[in-house]
Amino acid sequence: MKQHVNRIWFLIGVLLAIYGVLILAAGIYNWFAPAAHPVQLAGLHSGVWWGGLLLALGLFYIGRYRRV
Amino acid sequence: MGSLPGTFAAIPLAASLIALGPVDLAIIVIYFLFVIGIGVYLKRFANTGHDFFMAGREMTAWIAGLSFISANLGALELLGWAGSAYQYGLLAVHWYWIGAIPAMLFLGVVMMPFYYVCKTHSVPGYLELRYGPHTRSLAAICFAAMTILMSGVNMFAMAIVMQVVLGWNLHLSIWVSSLTVALYVGSGGLLSAIFNEVLQFMLIWLGALLVPILGLYQAGGWSGMVRRIEHHVAHGASYVHAWSTLGHFSANPMGINWIGIVFGLGAILSMGYWTTDFLVVQRVMAAKDLRSAKMAPIIGAAFKMFVPFIVILPGLLGLALLPMKLYPQTYVQAHASAALFSYNDVLPLMLVRYCGPGLLGLGVTALIAGFMSGMAGNISAFATVWTYDIYRPLIRAQASDSHYVAMGRWCTVLGVLISIATAYVAMHFQSIMDYVQALFSFFIAPLFGTVVLGMLWKRATRAGGFWGLLAGTTSSIAMYLWVKFDPAALKYIALSRQAKPMAEDMFRALWCFLIGVAVTVLVSLATRPAAAAQLQGLVWGHTAIPSERDYPLLHRPIFWAALIFAGLVVLNIIFW
Repeated sequence: MKQHVNRIWFLIGVLLAIYGVLILAAGIYNWFAPAAHPVQLAGLHSGVWWGGLLLALGLFYIGRYRRV
Repeated sequence: MGSLPGTFAAIPLAASLIALGPVDLAIIVIYFLFVIGIGVYLKRFANTGHDFFMAGREMTAWIAGLSFISANLGALELLGWAGSAYQYGLLAVHWYWIGAIPAMLFLGVVMMPFYYVCKTHSVPGYLELRYGPHTRSLAAICFAAMTILMSGVNMFAMAIVMQVVLGWNLHLSIWVSSLTVALYVGSGGLLSAIFNEVLQFMLIWLGALLVPILGLYQAGGWSGMVRRIEHHVAHGASYVHAWSTLGHFSANPMGINWIGIVFGLGAILSMGYWTTDFLVVQRVMAAKDLRSAKMAPIIGAAFKMFVPFIVILPGLLGLALLPMKLYPQTYVQAHASAALFSYNDVLPLMLVRYCGPGLLGLGVTALIAGFMSGMAGNISAFATVWTYDIYRPLIRAQASDSHYVAMGRWCTVLGVLISIATAYVAMHFQSIMDYVQALFSFFIAPLFGTVVLGMLWKRATRAGGFWGLLAGTTSSIAMYLWVKFDPAALKYIALSRQAKPMAEDMFRALWCFLIGVAVTVLVSLATRPAAAAQLQGLVWGHTAIPSERDYPLLHRPIFWAALIFAGLVVLNIIFW
């Protein structure tokens, strides 16, 4: 199997890490500056932990497949 | 089997459901740049026909399996079935469980060895080897026409969704999304389509998963959701069971009985789609070896089993939690001034309900990713069938490999342009989506009969295959027209006057399959059987299928298939 086939997992890691940073940053901002019309269950700050999850997942894929 | 129930033409909504912020827009723009970048990066690996049309046959089981399921998991699938869950309740789950899992396992365990061992490039390619060029041409022309029509009509439906949900310009949505697909599929061929489908699969899950999690939290878990549905909806109990209401057509919101679900959907329609529709089968054919090719649909089945969590559950949660009532699309169109919402809006409404800045962009990206994965699947399958099964045998037989690759790239672009044209035609015909969906179903069920007899019955002859396929297809069209012009005929086709359109589809598939099989058998018995040498690698009993006995248990496809089937049985009992 050629090496480039497994490159997909690395690319997924990069995209998830970028999205994780953006969503985490937006979530933290909204925590300290809540929106005028917050979404349901805004108190759970889902943007923070979901962004963190995406970032962790992205970093895992980057680390696992960066040398492929 | 992606479908968005209802029609879409002329939806005059001025305001959008979702207002995106800068972070949301950044997430969407990054997604577009990323998928184009992948296509450009992979262009260097797609220089030969083998690379461009078959992705070099280098895919691992995981990549082929995720791509296999992602090609089906379009945005229309997400929106349409979430809406169906709101409309019909838990019955919609059958399109994911009995309407997919057994067929995917059957493809992996029984049919994939024949596709893979004969080294065909497509399903029509297999039909040529087994039944000759006439059957191949009939299947290829029908498939190419239906695929491109479906692609265009789905594109239009998606653009309408973008307009309604995001307030985006219809034309901009159509052109930007489709040209992006043309760019990355035309550059990297099937390899690029598969790479992006795996990426899109991840985004769809991560973008849509938050809605059911937060929805269940707010509803008080599954039991809390059930209590709310039973309290809010008339006959609410029938919305939360998968099987117990299928004894009679009038006992459930879908107007169908268990015979239609088990035999029409489970045994015929889903078998036809998942095992013979080249759109999905092409992904598995790109696997690097036979074991990977067998494992890919089994891996896909494992994930498919849990797709209802991000599609069906949001629809049910919408029924339990949304403060407003949703209506059929036709009713919303007829009462445009009332600013009502349709069933198909349930997933966007749930996204808006729970997703703040950033998460909303991710959710919308999931919908766009779903649309693009479905379209890329259609276009890459069209390019292969057009080039290898129509252009090469019927138009230009002797040309260089590079010529066929160039043809593949050009017809990728051409396929997208025809799809766009179809999308614009669809704008002027409100019911064209229904007709195209019906046309697509005309072909799938009879094709399954032809292919499965070809693989499992060595006595099936070339003439039998051709006439069986033709008879199955024409009988399906005839039944459709019969009910169209004489609605009373429904009692003969679907066995009940109370049957609804979905039930009619299921029973029509069952009858046309049986007609196709009967004609194939009768004509085959009346014609001279093929010599054994002609059947090598194509038919059960004449194909050397490598044994799995040397593999450890955990590496055997049959073990995982059995495990997933057992899981399917357990889930159906739990949600009985």
